[in-house]
Amino acid sequence: MDSVRELKSTRQGFGKALLELGKKNKKVVVLSADLTSSVQAHKFEEKYPTRFFQAGVAEQNMISMATGLSLESFIPFATSFGVFVPMRCLDQIRVSVCYNNSNVKLVGSHCGLSTGEDGATHQALEDVASLRSLPNMTIIEPCDYNQTILATKAIVNMNGPAYLRIHRPKMKQLTKISSKFKIGKADIIQKGEKLTIITSGPVLVEVIKASKILVKEKIINFKPEIINCHTIKPIDYKTIINSVKKTNKVLVIQDHQIVGGLGSSVCEVLSQHFPAPVKILGMKDKFGESGSPKELWHRYGLDHEGIMREIKKFV
Amino acid sequence: MLTKKELKELKLKSNSVRINIIKMISESKSGHPAGSLGIVDILITLYSKLIKHNPKKPNWNKRDRFILSPGHVCPALYATLAEEGYFKKEELITLRKLGSKLQGHPHKEDLQGIELSTASLGQGLGAAVGIALGLKLNKSKNYVYCISSDGEHDEGSVWEAVNAANKYKLNNLINIIDVNNIQICGYTKDVWPLESFKAKYESFNWKVIEINGNNHCQIVSAIEKAKKLNYPVCIVAYTVPGKGVSFMEHKYQWHGKAPNQEEKESALQELEKERELIIK
Repeated sequence: MDSVRELKSTRQGFGKALLELGKKNKKVVVLSADLTSSVQAHKFEEKYPTRFFQAGVAEQNMISMATGLSLESFIPFATSFGVFVPMRCLDQIRVSVCYNNSNVKLVGSHCGLSTGEDGATHQALEDVASLRSLPNMTIIEPCDYNQTILATKAIVNMNGPAYLRIHRPKMKQLTKISSKFKIGKADIIQKGEKLTIITSGPVLVEVIKASKILVKEKIINFKPEIINCHTIKPIDYKTIINSVKKTNKVLVIQDHQIVGGLGSSVCEVLSQHFPAPVKILGMKDKFGESGSPKELWHRYGLDHEGIMREIKKFV
Repeated sequence: MLTKKELKELKLKSNSVRINIIKMISESKSGHPAGSLGIVDILITLYSKLIKHNPKKPNWNKRDRFILSPGHVCPALYATLAEEGYFKKEELITLRKLGSKLQGHPHKEDLQGIELSTASLGQGLGAAVGIALGLKLNKSKNYVYCISSDGEHDEGSVWEAVNAANKYKLNNLINIIDVNNIQICGYTKDVWPLESFKAKYESFNWKVIEINGNNHCQIVSAIEKAKKLNYPVCIVAYTVPGKGVSFMEHKYQWHGKAPNQEEKESALQELEKERELIIK
């Protein structure tokens, strides 16, 4: 059993799921662009060497190869850092993967400011924006280790392109391996009123912490509703609209550029179906920088303090 | 080797495909005639004599795989597939029209027999590499044939794929480069010099066979030879862009321009004349 107390990363969850899938499903193959252990695919490589393809630092060709493998009925995971997959090979993803509706699973690790010390070049903050406009693409950002295991298995069970957005730092686990996970179905983490907070990825830890402190210290006199919107595309219209009908106010928190991320998607839903005030916390059209994940979330207002500040201002 | 009768048959089919290409592109008032006309002999020879395929069962598991990387020359592929019985020739003139199976660039979800939707250059060979890997994993003895264009070798991603085929020793992959020396903005030697394909591919540990890509006999012997080599094989096929229509031949201006009514008639006249000569 994985202890809930143990700190683990989403990328480790991906590595764990790959091992299980490798055993259960002979069609699962893995491609790496020279970042095998960084994306935690090294154990799959050791155990299933004939189904592992080292593609070198050549992401465009990796996506093309993955497309070819999918045509032969394999289920390829094309893995790299989020700054390289999708962004280095976006046209291959658009035409060979999405237009062909190829059963290719893209995995971008080291996403968001939480990548930390490597700095701006390695912090994927535009990956969701890059992929969100592509037809046929499913985008999932799990919040923790356990959810990543479930998400990885879920994308194998669906046909068509998918992108799994995962992360480097080890974090507290928020979900259980026995939890339900359904692509396209957002989880209401905390039922509440007066404010809907929508988020995806590990930054959920900070959201929960902020809400707890605000309620405990009676800074606010209500519990906000918290939605873990792990599937960014297709977005769960229903859960979002139903919540906002109740609360009439939305705060979106994302470790991603404000432009084109989860918040944009929420705005697209609400503007067409149930207009309501929305505030988005994320990167304000800037590149990141070096620092520890904690320091960076603090500097850019994505830690619990920053989130508390915004909630107080907003309600 | 081809018998005289077989050669005559291939020449007639190629001529028929060329006539259809002119009709299709004139009707749609847009498209890419020069490259399409140039590649006909390779396509017809592959589909008539070399590739294992079944028009009645386009997804037959034992088929050889075929990827047309420069999707813009698809009028030649469409007319070839129709010639081989994948669909009725009457449908050819729907090229590029709303609701047609025959999209401006080939889309596999619209037309049975298309392995992969292509046309963003530099992606076909990489996909062919992936297919070759997949066939090997599945212990299939089938081959992957990829047609790539000389111009698309400007793309670095093509060379990534060339390297990958060497790394994985893909002896089930044959890449035929259609060297027609033209691309949109001019002659390849001026736009982006690429010669020598032979030296370049050999330096990546491929085996290379150079042929006249408009000669059916040379195409057959090159493929027969390629299958005996235990390597990824590149067939450098020198073709004449616009082949069969004298005013289009070797003119890069015909890369992406449809003939007008007058040009169409003159092209068809020439091709009909060629047909009579083949029959004689």
